Order: sequence, then C-alpha cells, then structure tokens
Amino acid sequence: MSTASPTAGLSLKPRYFDEALACAEPGLWFEVHPENYLVAGGPRRAWLDAVRARHPVSLHGVSLSLAADAPPDAAHLERLAGLAGRIEPVLVSEHLAWSDWRGAYLPDLLPFARTNAALLRIAGNIAISQDALARRIAIENPSHYLRIDGHAWDEIEFLNELSRRTGCGLLLDVNNVYLSARNLGYSAEAYIDAFPADAVMEIHLAGHTPDPLLGQALLVDSHDAPVAPAVWALYERLIARIGPRPTLIERDEQLPPFAELLDERKQAHALLQVTNMACA
Amino acid sequence: MNTALSRFQDGFVQAILHPHGDVPDDLRALVRQPGFAVYRNTVLKGCIDSLQANYPAVLRLVGEDWFRAAAAIHVRAHPPRDARLLLYGADFPGFLSDFAPAADLPYLRGVAMLDRFWTESHVAADAVTLAPAALSGLPPEQLGELVLTPHPAARWAWFDDQPIYTLWQRNRGCGAEGVECSESGEELVWTGEGALLTRPAGAVTWTALDAGGCAFLDACAAGRPLAEAADAALARQPASDLARLMASLLDAGAFRGAPACADSTLTKEPA
Repeated sequence: MSTASPTAGLSLKPRYFDEALACAEPGLWFEVHPENYLVAGGPRRAWLDAVRARHPVSLHGVSLSLAADAPPDAAHLERLAGLAGRIEPVLVSEHLAWSDWRGAYLPDLLPFARTNAALLRIAGNIAISQDALARRIAIENPSHYLRIDGHAWDEIEFLNELSRRTGCGLLLDVNNVYLSARNLGYSAEAYIDAFPADAVMEIHLAGHTPDPLLGQALLVDSHDAPVAPAVWALYERLIARIGPRPTLIERDEQLPPFAELLDERKQAHALLQVTNMACA
Repeated sequence: MNTALSRFQDGFVQAILHPHGDVPDDLRALVRQPGFAVYRNTVLKGCIDSLQANYPAVLRLVGEDWFRAAAAIHVRAHPPRDARLLLYGADFPGFLSDFAPAADLPYLRGVAMLDRFWTESHVAADAVTLAPAALSGLPPEQLGELVLTPHPAARWAWFDDQPIYTLWQRNRGCGAEGVECSESGEELVWTGEGALLTRPAGAVTWTALDAGGCAFLDACAAGRPLAEAADAALARQPASDLARLMASLLDAGAFRGAPACADSTLTKEPA
C-alpha cells in the first residue's frame, strides 16, 4: 500500500483462512485484531504468518485503552510490539476509547468526556504506544450511543489536536460517523466534510443494525451486515474530497461466504480506482 | 487517582457489571439513557461468548441456556483480566465446582478442566517434539538417568472416580476440525480416567492416560530422571506397563525434543 495506489482490504476471520491464503485479487490486504494472535505459539501464530507471507496485513487493536486514565498495559504493549516486529504490518491502528480499567478488561469501546485532562492523558498514551511500537499509529473515531455532559472539545478538533501533538494518523470509520450522527442528531455529511484529510491513513466501512428494542432510533455498530447504502454514499463523498485511501470492509459477526465479502470489497476497490484516476 | 476521568471510569464499570448496584450520582442520568444498554450488552455478550467458545464440552453437556446463565454470573464476579479473550476463563472450572446449581453435576469441573487444557495446549509455545526413535538403542541404565521435559503444549490429569475423559471427548469439538462427537450408546463406566492432550503436528490431539502415566509425567515435569518417573508410575499403579507407556507418550509427542545436534549429549550425565 506504500507507493502503489491505495486498495481495499478485508477483515479476516479464521474460518476464511484457506480462501484468504489462496485469493489472488490484486491489491487485496487483510486486517486482524492483534489480541487474537498474542500467544506464545501454536496454530494461530502459524496461520497469521502464512497469511502474511502472501498478503499485506494490518493490525487493528481493540484493547490499548488509550482513553483510560492510566498508561497502556505494559505487558500488552510489549506483546503487541513483538507481533508487529514479526508481522511487519502495513498499519497499526487503535480506537479513541477505553476498555481496560483497574485490571478488568471490558470488551467494548467505551466513551468519555472530551476534556483537556482527557486530551493530555490520551496524547501521552498515544506517545507511549508509538514509542513502544516504534511506529506511527492511526486512531479511529468511535461509535456513539450516549449524550455525555462535559465535552470541552468537538470530536474532530480533539482528533486533530491528538494528531498534531503526537504525530499519530487517523482512521476514519464511515459507518461510525453515520450511526453516531443518527444516534446523537448531527450531520454525518458535515462531519465527513470537516475531517482532517491529511491525517487519514485508513478508512473503515461496516454494517450496522437497529437496536432490537428501539429500532431506527438507536443504531448499533454490530459489524454483522453488509455496508448500508447511506454509508457507501458518505464514503464516495469522502474519497471525492480527500482522494483514495486504504479502505477496509469490516465484518465480525454473521459471517457470509468469503465470496460475498470479496464482492463488497470489489465495490470499494472500484470506487478507489475511479477516484484514483480522477485524482491523477 | 481521583480525577474526573477516573471517577467516571469507576462508575461506568460498576454500572456495566452490576446493573442493580449503586451508581454514582453524576452517572445516574447517563446510565438511564437507552444507549447505555448497548455498552452493557456488548460487554456481557463478548465475555459470555468467549466462555462459550472456550468451554464447548461443558456447553454441550449443560445446554446453551444453562451455560449462558451460569457464565453471566461468572463474568460479573470475575471479568476478564486480559484482552486476549481466547484465554478468558482460567477460573471457570473452579467456579463451576462451587456453583450451587451444578451440585448434581459433579463431573462438570473435570470436563471444564479438559476444555481449559485444550486452550492452554492450543496457544502454548512451539517446540520440537522428541521423536519416538530418539531413545531406541539406549542401554537401560542410561535410559533411567535421562531427564525428559514435557512438551510446552502437553497437558495431563487423572480424575479419581469419574470417567471425565470419556465424557469430555464425547462432547468436545462436534462438527469442528473434522472431529465427530460420539453419540455412542455405550454406557459410561463410572470409574476414574485420565487424559493427555498434546499438539504433535500443529493441532491439539488427545488420548486416554492411566493413573500411572499421569504420575510418570508429573515426575518428568518435576525434573526427575526416567528411573524415578518409572518408580512413581509403579507406586501409583503397580500394574503399569512401562514400555508401552513410554511408547504411547512418545507417539503422542508428550516430550520436548532435544536440538538435533545435541542427540549425543542427551544421554550423558551433567559433568
């Protein structure tokens, strides 16, 4: 993905191993959650090594807990650095969220008030992480379900300031923008239009579902469905403005046949090609 | 740490894990928003799904409803300590043995232990296994002085009075990785059983192991030479067939292999 034009990738689950390994789509890359591979040895590590030998791999962490009011877990960071050293990922990314608190790990991406104190803490945690990994990381905009009091910063300004202070890049998840805007009542288009173009190292596209009780009033970032048409439209709007960037189709639940994911990925790939030609 | 962010995070965790517990005043309104349930449900579901994935034989024995209800209680009392959820649930077997609703299922803890052994074997460090032919031709006295180290992926246990191995392997891995669950009509023989899990060729495999074999491996793991391990096996089970035991352990890949070029030093006593 470095010198060549940006291409589209797929999140990778163990059940797709054989097909992923054999697939020869031009420009195809894969993204995994590193937490599933931070083990001493065995078939999981061997599997990731085999995929990496054939395709570029990106590491998308869910547990550095950068927004916790504490430094990242040193043992976890050391294991992550070890994996990154071995895999040589095209990108390591994380979230503007927290999940680890006083020794308990809560498997979700939890919210916080964007205060000056939070900015200082998170900038420090990003710096610690980038030092340990000896690389620039990208930070993803979160999904929102709550109106939190006490925000001193707008989210885009907050991300921009983190990038300015630490040199980190940003990962723009278009589905998160869409559903957060719907859930909290703001304009997804305005958010997409204001996002700092230069910092975007990767784009995520995923599916969402209405909450089982509240329906369309609360959209959940479930990664269990195809990318919605409204999210595709936002994506086209984004890349028309900022140009093509590596784009991931994320799918974590209700896994379809590999060919279906490849079709979705081709849709993103085609849009990137068109944008690429337009920008050239 | 008593910053506003720390206090928020303390209260948020409390409200996620203990929905009927006390919530700090400044978080009450937040927790009442419908969106809070998304976080609570995602956290709980993620933890329970992980336990369900990590304890498939227990799941099959008790059924999904029972399992998820028990798992929810366990998750609230013992949330994950580590983001590697494939390792979550080390204390689940112990939880099951103390769990009142499981009192009439005394075999659950043992079955859960073997599920846990599978996970530990699956993620253990890579190492060469000692080839079955490696020891052939050694004179008995040299063999007796040899210290063999169990492979990092080897796990074994003996269960008194309960056919844990049969129960476990009949319920483990149905439909996954080509493993068939046995619907054998054969009645369980209610007697003690042991198991050995190894990872000889990249995937976890298992075999029955008797009490003498488990005592033998315990001695090897404690760094004792084969002659003493043999004594331990015979003490535990006087009828142990040591030659057959050794052959089956080697065949299963139970020992760490010596570096190829060090074969000649394998048999020598340290100076």
